[in-house]
Amino acid sequence: MKKILLSSIIIIIGITFIGRLSYLQIFSFSPNQVLEDTAIKAIYDYPERGYIYDRKGRLLVANQPAYDVMVIPREVKPLDTLEFCQLLSIEKEKFVEKLRKARVYSPRLPSVLVPQLSKEDYARLQEKMRKYEGFYIQKRSLRYYNTTSGANVLGYISEVNETDLLKNPYYVQGELTGRTGIEKEYEEILRGRKGVKFIQKDRFNRDIGPYKNGILDTLPEQGKELYVTLDKALQEYGEKLMTGKRGGIVALEPSTGEILALISGPTYDPSLLVGRERSKNYSKLHYDTISKPTWDRAILAEPSPGSPFKTLNALVALQEGAIKPETTIRCYNGFYVGNTLRGCHCGGGIRNMNIGIYKSCNAYFAGTFRKIYDKYETTDEGMDVWSAHMKSFGLGNFLGYDLPTGRPGRIPDKAYYDRFYGDNRWSSSYIISNSIGQGEVAATPIQLANMTAAIANRGHYFTPHILKKIDGIPISIPEFTKPKHTTIDKKHFDPVIRGMSDVYTKGTAKWLQIPGIEIAGKTGTVENYTRIDSVKTQLTDHSLFVAFAPVDNPKIALAVFIEHGYYGSRYAGHIASLLIEKYLKGHITRTDLEKRMLDKTLEHEYAKPYSGEEFKINEYVW
Amino acid sequence: MSGRSVLKRVDWLTVLLYFLLVIIGWVNIYSSTFSEDFPSILNFGQLYGKQLVFIGISIVAIFITLALEANFYERFASVLYIISLVSLLGLFIFGKTIAGATSWYDFGFFNLQPSEFAKITTALALAKYLSDIQTDIKRPRHQMYAFLIILIPAFLIIPQPDPGSALVFFSLIFVLFREGLPLYYLGIAFLALLLFVTTLMFGTIWVAIGLVLLIAVFLLVKRSSFKVPVLPMVAVFVVSILFSLSVNIVFEKVFEQRHRDRFSLWLRLEKDPNKLETIRKTIGYNTYQSEKAIESGGFFGKGFLEGTRTKGDFVPEQHTDYIFSTVGEEWGFIGTTVVVLLFTFLLLRLVSLAERQKNDFSRMFGYGVISILLIHYFINIGMVIGVLPTIGIPLPFFSYGGSGLLGFTILLFIFLKLDSNRLNEWI
Repeated sequence: MKKILLSSIIIIIGITFIGRLSYLQIFSFSPNQVLEDTAIKAIYDYPERGYIYDRKGRLLVANQPAYDVMVIPREVKPLDTLEFCQLLSIEKEKFVEKLRKARVYSPRLPSVLVPQLSKEDYARLQEKMRKYEGFYIQKRSLRYYNTTSGANVLGYISEVNETDLLKNPYYVQGELTGRTGIEKEYEEILRGRKGVKFIQKDRFNRDIGPYKNGILDTLPEQGKELYVTLDKALQEYGEKLMTGKRGGIVALEPSTGEILALISGPTYDPSLLVGRERSKNYSKLHYDTISKPTWDRAILAEPSPGSPFKTLNALVALQEGAIKPETTIRCYNGFYVGNTLRGCHCGGGIRNMNIGIYKSCNAYFAGTFRKIYDKYETTDEGMDVWSAHMKSFGLGNFLGYDLPTGRPGRIPDKAYYDRFYGDNRWSSSYIISNSIGQGEVAATPIQLANMTAAIANRGHYFTPHILKKIDGIPISIPEFTKPKHTTIDKKHFDPVIRGMSDVYTKGTAKWLQIPGIEIAGKTGTVENYTRIDSVKTQLTDHSLFVAFAPVDNPKIALAVFIEHGYYGSRYAGHIASLLIEKYLKGHITRTDLEKRMLDKTLEHEYAKPYSGEEFKINEYVW
Repeated sequence: MSGRSVLKRVDWLTVLLYFLLVIIGWVNIYSSTFSEDFPSILNFGQLYGKQLVFIGISIVAIFITLALEANFYERFASVLYIISLVSLLGLFIFGKTIAGATSWYDFGFFNLQPSEFAKITTALALAKYLSDIQTDIKRPRHQMYAFLIILIPAFLIIPQPDPGSALVFFSLIFVLFREGLPLYYLGIAFLALLLFVTTLMFGTIWVAIGLVLLIAVFLLVKRSSFKVPVLPMVAVFVVSILFSLSVNIVFEKVFEQRHRDRFSLWLRLEKDPNKLETIRKTIGYNTYQSEKAIESGGFFGKGFLEGTRTKGDFVPEQHTDYIFSTVGEEWGFIGTTVVVLLFTFLLLRLVSLAERQKNDFSRMFGYGVISILLIHYFINIGMVIGVLPTIGIPLPFFSYGGSGLLGFTILLFIFLKLDSNRLNEWI
């Protein structure tokens, strides 16, 4: 025993040590050590975020320098606090408090003392800075907007939050990321790729040289320049026209699907979300739950499409052989559903397709709609055939455009009504409202614009998109460059387009003609309801308009949706007409029309439901 | 006897292990104290350069040690012991204070730490006393003398203060066990330690319950013919409980907060994450950083001069007491295992050398050498890898320091000299 005592102890100690070491070095070892290692600090080199240009190369978004006053508390020497505070234009108490917070955070590491000085303050401060030890100015890059328009479509950038950090390991705390719009959609292209330098630190957090002589370091990759399909002039002009109005406008180039303008009203100056006042402005915009300036109506609003939808019903009826262009239907200043008469504003009389479209006859389209169903044994079957035709125009589902938000709209089908009423417990009279674009159908303005583009192209469309070129190289994304065909044959489009053209020459929009340009369009006046104190109340109709021009070689297709603008040709029609002229001619000849649109606002209309008093809707005088 | 024959008979395996440890140690000192500004290994202004000089001096010392007559050590053991006691006493007057401990004589280029040499002389003196024909270790009076030889230098070192070095002397008790001190002394010491630790971890009540359960199990499994020693059993139980109660009192009243913190860190008593964080930044900083450095080395290590925590000087005293953490970070599990195995082989080899001695003095001194090396190795690495509380003593042959290296070298080679001479005893 006494002879082996020491040997046993030596062996037990050896085993214990190796056990403990294998626990430490094999089981607890984390392979991700470069980033977790307290002795290594990653220093990032951020590339400049890419600029954004419009389709003609006009600058929309660039960068601007901002200057943060930084402090390293440990290095601060006694100073003339009063003078320094004056230079920084902050109160002394605030200064003392900020300095205290910085010291609590870390005496050795820099903290921001005053963020984002203006250029003027910076110029004033710069030369005196060396007097104040422990303080220095750090330059950083902010977005600079060369326009006051397009806030929602361009989007903004902001600091990454917890969710972003979890979702994408690229980011570290404090970095910026695109939050909405183009900035979000093309974040990775605009952002580039930050470079990283691993620095070896000692226990006082001082640099003592590169880690592994820099073999793991990377160079930053520049952010790319983005050319978007927007037309700066059209976008700005459209937003100007939208002053005092709520709604969404989408203009497309039918031959490519490029989004020429994506306008939402009310909007805001994108510069509001940059700089020192950012968070104040953001709260103001975000909490405006009545006019909702950050809610992009052009892609998120889902009104009933109203009368423009009649053009599609006409096309489906022709395709299905339910009617011919010459087929006539009598309008009794309305049409009967069972024993009830539903109204029509066309004046009544015998209607063929051409008159039906340009006078927007409800009775004609109710009859047409019935004829589509009558072709089939059951309404169920008819419903699904109709629904499939409609969906081929990009309605009833997400369009697939390159923006981070959207809505699917709605094209009802058999399943939808079965869910609502029960199987076999609904018939064509339940769904007759769809014939005139009321009822269950719903579409976003961009879907309406796309539908119009499909008509303009006589049967196909290109998925709307916002990206045109990256670093000057045009995109070739099949999703955007291959046409999508509707289920309607080309030959059926001509009679419908003729009807839409007659809307301008002799129909509901004859006051809105543009000399020298042949336009095809369709007005829409959409009934809508809200709840006031839980009572369903009708509000003034939405004003809606779709159009494309020129008819023979369409350059622009658009949809204008103005909340509570009353009938289609009033607000939406005016704005559509002005935008087409602006885009095709570059200037406005009808200045009286333009002046009227710039001056008129709908604020009084929007105030009505909140007034708490009785109010009239659809007032004729404006 | 010629020096040449000594070199023939010396145990070359031990010499090889010694040089491996010294070289590996120096490589890690180089890494821990390396600075890009002075890359030359022969820069004597740098610590690794100085250590190279110490290695040179140690090699000279090896030749001197081996050249001396083997019976010189036995003959002069008492004299050397007394000289070293005087040198320890002299520290109270002439000592130089470094890092709060008055443990050094200042010789200009080099500070001498007499306690390193006292370890050798005490081992010699103890061996000499025990090997005396008159001495009978079974007799309490002789046991007391033997303990005194060990305790006198220890008590001279404690007030320096250098409790770590003082602790080393107690390891010489293993020599006594080898020579016939009853093993139940060790059993009692072990039981006391066990009670101490379990009381701190679980409290007296659980210790009492545990003891009762142990007795119950013992009564259940005993053979029916076995007569239960009721009285001794009750006595052990009562003494254990009293001891356990006193542990609490000593821990709370006698220990200072820093001692309590060391124990609570060691036994993982603190569960509150905030307090744990504070302990990590204060009392537990060294242990935490060295554990982290070793852990970050992983299986293969980060490579020579690539240890980021070593470069960043995150582990205090890394070139001295915490040198093993450099091994861990730069050479990984492979490196640490190799070092542990080298020490294990060296110590086992020394045990087998000691056991083959025909001369009692040589064997006892051999055991003294083993005990001293073992306790250094055990406490140092145990502390660095976080299985023992912080006790500052160096890792033999590894840690930076001239006196230490020289002391351990002389200690080892005196024994190798005695071993090489073992056949001459018969001539």
